[in-house]
Amino acid sequence: MSIVARDVTKRFGSFTALDSVSIDVATGSLTALLGPSGSGKSTLLRVIAGLEAPDSGSVVIADEDMTTRAPQDRGVGFVFQHYAAFKHMTVWQNVAFGLKIRHRPRAEIRERVAELLALVQLEGLARRYPAQLSGGQRQRMGLARALAVDPQVLLLDEPFGALDAQVRTELRAWLRRLHDETHTTTVIVTHDQEEAMEVADEVVVMNRGRVEQVAGPRDLYERPANEFVMSFVGHVNRIGDAFVRPHDLELVLDADGSTREAMVERIVHLGFEVRVELVRDDGEPLSVQLTRDEAERLELVRGDIVHVRPTRETTFS
Amino acid sequence: MARLGLRFVALGYLGLILLAPLGLVCYRTFAHDAGAAWATLRTHDTLHAFQVTLIAVGIAVPLNAIFGVLCALAIVRGRFRGRGLLNAFVDLPLALSPVVVGAALFLLYGRGGWLHAFDVLFTIRGIVLASVFISLPFVAREVVPTLREIGDEQEQAAFTLGASGWQTFWRVTLPSIRWAVVYGVVLTGARCLGEYGAVAVVSGNIEGRTQTATLAVQDAYLNLDHAGAYAISLVLALIAILVLVAMSVVRPREASR
Repeated sequence: MSIVARDVTKRFGSFTALDSVSIDVATGSLTALLGPSGSGKSTLLRVIAGLEAPDSGSVVIADEDMTTRAPQDRGVGFVFQHYAAFKHMTVWQNVAFGLKIRHRPRAEIRERVAELLALVQLEGLARRYPAQLSGGQRQRMGLARALAVDPQVLLLDEPFGALDAQVRTELRAWLRRLHDETHTTTVIVTHDQEEAMEVADEVVVMNRGRVEQVAGPRDLYERPANEFVMSFVGHVNRIGDAFVRPHDLELVLDADGSTREAMVERIVHLGFEVRVELVRDDGEPLSVQLTRDEAERLELVRGDIVHVRPTRETTFS
Repeated sequence: MARLGLRFVALGYLGLILLAPLGLVCYRTFAHDAGAAWATLRTHDTLHAFQVTLIAVGIAVPLNAIFGVLCALAIVRGRFRGRGLLNAFVDLPLALSPVVVGAALFLLYGRGGWLHAFDVLFTIRGIVLASVFISLPFVAREVVPTLREIGDEQEQAAFTLGASGWQTFWRVTLPSIRWAVVYGVVLTGARCLGEYGAVAVVSGNIEGRTQTATLAVQDAYLNLDHAGAYAISLVLALIAILVLVAMSVVRPREASR
């Protein structure tokens, strides 16, 4: 089901968390709200869920105006960063909660919970309490709990933010597969641009309570709308007025008219990728991304003088 | 060595301050005149005194349990002006001397007081009122930090899953704070059981009518019925110890899961 937020403004005291924000989330899509902390992305998600009331503006879910509805009546599934697990209930009871509230018949609850526990791969842990689960397991339980009531839309607030890197990557891929199977309209809040690019069809970049750009992952990277998006989505070097990605810089040993001189300050080996940190003659830092083979061919050592040539640059007027 | 020393000091202190007087009460009750102690315990007035105490406990505890939980919810989850003031005022009965509380009630309900028409002084109603006042803070004091610690995310999760405020309270909030409530209830009960000062002022201490167990101890002592005084004290102490033991047996098993 589609989600439409129109001119949503929300203030906390003198701080403006959302400044007349509008977004459209298409039915069946997976949209990421991406931004630094304090950008308003979580507040927007909470306004959509009804956990926060906007000062002005409207929220429409599945063509129904939800602005003044209670969270109970919006048909949303919400997943919290810190799980919000019911600590005094078992995994089974957590997942069954929404169904019990709706007074569904027992047989149906049993069947549905079993189905969901299988979906999130927690079948064997139904009788455990949340305290006996790992972070990743707790969050999968949180997802199953939210999905149990067949929400019209699924809202995830930094769902993998409290997990370690490997579990995060796994769950991300798993979430994408889940979405491809169920096609539930999903909005995920994240501050991790890699997560947003990997998981979402469309990314809404937010900053200081405003939307900076809405685009697919590829467009966002290749055609950023402004400086903020350019520097928030991926690393970037600034050369004069131009912005250059680290992989759009060429390193050569001999100078010519199009190059600038720089000194190697640090070489970071990241497996296939090698990052070379340089200092330009005017003292500005530069970061260059090379493949392992390129780096080996150049035989770089700390303190070497090299020459840099941008192969592609972006300017904003 | 240091740890042993610490243990010795802690246990020694506890023994000296707590166990020695209690043990002595126990010893005195039975050593000299167990028959007299038993006789005092079985008199109509003593039994009635226990009855009055239990009535006061039986009314003050549930009343203050409900008030304490509501109050804690208002202090932690509320969004109104004067929350800080409420938080401070809840502690007032802890700070005031019980005799002062008794005197205040006396002024309020006594001849010429604003609420004289309620006819509370020298009745069981007065004893209950004083007990409720004196034991007001304990449940709220226990529940407030627990509510703060669990935060409101679980409640919000319940909302998004369709639970009403009422359902959320019974199914999510109350189970999360239940041990704080139980602890607060035990403290409230203990406080009412042992209350002397405020009750002494408002009850009139009429034997067989408005005398509580603690007042009966005082009376027996003044009447040189030492064995009787010890016997009543011992029963009061036993009730308190029983409740504490029951708590410590049940709680660790529950908390460990």
